[in-house]
Amino acid sequence: MAHREVQGSFISHIGILFATFFRIGTFTIGGGYAMLPLIDREFVTRRKWVTEEEMVDIIAVVQSLPGIISVNASIFIGYQVAGILGALIATIGLIISPMIIIALFAYLYINLQDSIYLQGLFIGVRSGVAALILLAGIKLGRKVIKDWISLLFAVVSLAAVLFFQIHAALVIVSAAFAGLILFGLLRVRRTP
Amino acid sequence: MIYLMLLWTFFRIGIVGFGGGYVIIPLLKSEIELNQWLTAEEFADIVAVSQMTPGPIGINAATFIGIRTAGILGGITATVGMVLPSLILVVIVAHMIQKFKESTIVQSVLQGIRPAVIGLIAYAVVFFASMSVYSETVTNINFRGAAIFVIILALTLKWKIHPILAIFTSAALGVLLYLI
Repeated sequence: MAHREVQGSFISHIGILFATFFRIGTFTIGGGYAMLPLIDREFVTRRKWVTEEEMVDIIAVVQSLPGIISVNASIFIGYQVAGILGALIATIGLIISPMIIIALFAYLYINLQDSIYLQGLFIGVRSGVAALILLAGIKLGRKVIKDWISLLFAVVSLAAVLFFQIHAALVIVSAAFAGLILFGLLRVRRTP
Repeated sequence: MIYLMLLWTFFRIGIVGFGGGYVIIPLLKSEIELNQWLTAEEFADIVAVSQMTPGPIGINAATFIGIRTAGILGGITATVGMVLPSLILVVIVAHMIQKFKESTIVQSVLQGIRPAVIGLIAYAVVFFASMSVYSETVTNINFRGAAIFVIILALTLKWKIHPILAIFTSAALGVLLYLI
């Protein structure tokens, strides 16, 4: 298998992958980026299975490929930690709670009328998630933004999605080409 | 064969559905209308549920439509169909990246992509904050949301509380502040 060796036994890795993605699948509301703080905490900070730079690469790849961002992320990290079986187990862990919730909804016709409690709950969760993503972004950014060129890349891509509504996958592909030309062909030197 | 039909339909959606719910919703809508799987109201319910529960809309819709058309096994079949293209593609790409990571080409591509992703993460902060800390314009501040944002920031910075605890705290604070 081509996956990278990480410390500890295979079985315990499979168990940790399942448990962690189960928690992510159960507790993150609001799509791909909402899971970033949890993944960063568990796999980068705590277990050091993934470096900050790799985390950023994973975010880029999972957004540029077809499919659901969080599912793609579970496959990528699962594969990196424990091969194909790791990818499968991580994905099952991620989607099992949502599937059970939807099955209950489909059978019981649970009524989800907008209530003031629910409204408060969502405002609260979104505010909290915004704060968590900000902190995770600063942590990853410190490893990645090292000079004026990288800062420029970050600012231009933020402006592209924020002001010009350009699709994130297109931003990533453009940045890949710009990187290839600047650093690969023109050999621009990085001066921190 | 209803199971094969579900598998194939959601496999197709899984292949073309780039970048999350906003792309998948219209795709699902046309497939549902084509096959007359759900009423417009049921579909609207599914979209609403997906925004309120942890699951991605793609998984939620696949499970729901599968169960409604062919029971639990149908729900599982549709979801497997949805995830299968990702499983194949992401494993191939992850394998390639690990294999060619040291090459100059991959390195220069990554040097371009990494800072761009930081920009996209910054956008995600703006996206969530625009639905909670403020609405539409930055001057239109929602003080409850802003208070929760600052509290979670402080709790995480000072005590490094776990993200799950932080999400629970912000949900509880949200309900509490709206009761007052």
